[in-house]
Amino acid sequence: MSAGAANLIELDLAESSLRAVNQTLQRHNGKGEDGHYRILRPNGAHALACGLDAPLTVEIAGHAGYYCAGMNQAARVTIAGNAGPGVAENMMSGVVRVQGDASQYAGASGHGGLLVIEGNASSRCGISMKGIDIVVLGDVGHMSAFMAQAGRLVVLGDVGSDFGDSIYEAVLYVRGRVASLGADCIEKDMQDEHRNDLADLLRLAGIEAETGEFRRYGSARQLYHFKTDHAGAY
Amino acid sequence: MCGIAGLYLKNRALERQLGALFAPMLIELSDRGPDSAGVAVYHDPIDEDGLKLTLYHPDPAFDWDGLTEFLEEEAQLSAEIQPIASHAVLISDGDEASLRPVIEGYDPELQIMSLGRVIEIYKEVGLPAEVCARFGIGSLQGSHAIGHTRMATESAVTTAGSHPFSTGLDLCLVHNGSLSNHNWLRAQIERRFGIHCRTENDTEVAAAYLTAKLLDGLSLHQALEAAIGDLDGFYTFCVGTGAGFAVLRDPIACKPAVLAETADWVAMASEYRALTGLPGVERAKVWEPQPATVYSWGAAA
Repeated sequence: MSAGAANLIELDLAESSLRAVNQTLQRHNGKGEDGHYRILRPNGAHALACGLDAPLTVEIAGHAGYYCAGMNQAARVTIAGNAGPGVAENMMSGVVRVQGDASQYAGASGHGGLLVIEGNASSRCGISMKGIDIVVLGDVGHMSAFMAQAGRLVVLGDVGSDFGDSIYEAVLYVRGRVASLGADCIEKDMQDEHRNDLADLLRLAGIEAETGEFRRYGSARQLYHFKTDHAGAY
Repeated sequence: MCGIAGLYLKNRALERQLGALFAPMLIELSDRGPDSAGVAVYHDPIDEDGLKLTLYHPDPAFDWDGLTEFLEEEAQLSAEIQPIASHAVLISDGDEASLRPVIEGYDPELQIMSLGRVIEIYKEVGLPAEVCARFGIGSLQGSHAIGHTRMATESAVTTAGSHPFSTGLDLCLVHNGSLSNHNWLRAQIERRFGIHCRTENDTEVAAAYLTAKLLDGLSLHQALEAAIGDLDGFYTFCVGTGAGFAVLRDPIACKPAVLAETADWVAMASEYRALTGLPGVERAKVWEPQPATVYSWGAAA
C-alpha cells in the first residue's frame, strides 16, 4: 500500500493478494466513511471491489475479471478497461462505470444504483434487473433485460435478439436498432414524461444524447398475470 | 467449466518463444480445469511424403525402441522415435493406412494422439502446471499452440478423454462446453465418411465433424460456419490446422471467450487473465467474440 496524491491510496495486485485488497476496501463497510483507492495491475482478477458498503471512490486501473463490483452499495467504482462476466451483479446503490466493454450479464439482478458501460455490453445485460439503472453507450447482446422487473435500461447503440423477453415493469430506452423483441415485450409511446425521465438519467450518467431519438419498450403485461380464463391450461 | 487457450504467432521472430508464452496462459486457467491438460503445438514441419505422429502409452517403462525395431523390421516402415514422458513423436515415410493398423496392432494400449506433418499433441491427467513441466511445454518452439484445462463432465478423467482432440491430419480442436447431439452425429460421421471416433467424448465428435467437412472440400472457416447449424449444445471452440487458427462460440454463447490481437500475434482464452503475460497486451485489440460468428486467421479462410 502506498499513499499517492491527496489521500489517494494505491493497492497493487502484483504485490498484495486479491483478498487483502478487498479486505482493505471492505474495512470501511457500514461506517459511512469515504476514501479514494486505485487498484493497480488488476490483470483480469475475479471479484474485485466486491461487497462494498461505504461511499468510497475506487478506480480499477485495467481490465477486470468476473463479478467486479458485485453487490455494491454506496461506492463509486470505475473500471478503466473491460469488465468480465457479471459486473455490478446484484448492485444495491452507488455507481459502477466501465470505460471499456462489459461481458455477459452486466448488472444482473441489480436492485439499485447506476451502471454505466461506455463500450458494448454482451448478452443478457440487465437480466432480472430489479431497480438498477443501466446506461450502455454501445450495443448490447441477445436476451438483454430478460425477466427485467424494475429499473431502466438505456442503450445508445443496437440491441441483439429477444430483447426484454418475459419483462415485468422495467423500462427500456433504445436509440439504435433492435434485432427482435422477446415474448411480451412491445414498443410503447415516448411521451414527455418519458423524455424527461430519460434526460434525467442521461444527465446522471454524464452522457449527452438527444432524447427524441430514442424509442421506449416495456411489458405488454399479457404474460405475467394469471388469468382465470386460462385456468384449464395450467 | 474447462479452460481453453490458443496462441497464433503472426511475427515469425516470436516462434522461438511459443512455449514460453503459451505455458503460462494454460497454467493461469488451472482453476477452470484441474483434472487434466493438453497442448497441441504446430512446429517442425516434416517432408511432404512423410507423416509425423504423436503416440501415447500409459506404461512409463514402455519400450519405444522395441516399437522402432518392429516398425522397421517387421512392417518395413521407416521409423524415427523421440520419447517425451508418456508420449513419443514418430516420424515415418509410411501413410496413415499403413501405419495405423501396425501401431494399434503392436500393443492395444498404444494410442495415436495426432497425425499430420506439423502437429504434435501432449495431454495427460494432472494439474496444468504438472502437465506442462512433464512435457517441457515452456521450451517448445513453433507457429501456434492450442491448449485445454479440463473439468470433466461428459466422460471419464483419462488421458484419452483429455483435449485437444485430433481426428484428421494436422487438425485439432479444444472445447469448453458440452454437445447434446454427439451420439447421433458420431454415427452419421462414421457411416458417411468412415471417420471412427475412438472415445465416448463429445468433443472428439466435433473434431470428427470438422474433419469430415474439410474432406468435403470446405475451408476451416466454412466448416465452422456449417457447424453452427449442425452441432447442438454449448461450445466455445478453438481450432488449429497446419497453418490456420479459428475460434467459434455457439449462438447462446454462455461459455466465455476473449480474443486479443496485435501485429505480432492473435490469442484467445476463456478469460482475459490468461493473456496478461503476452508481449504488448496493453496495446492489443481485446474483444469478446460474438455468438455464432467464425473468427479465423492464416490458412483457415
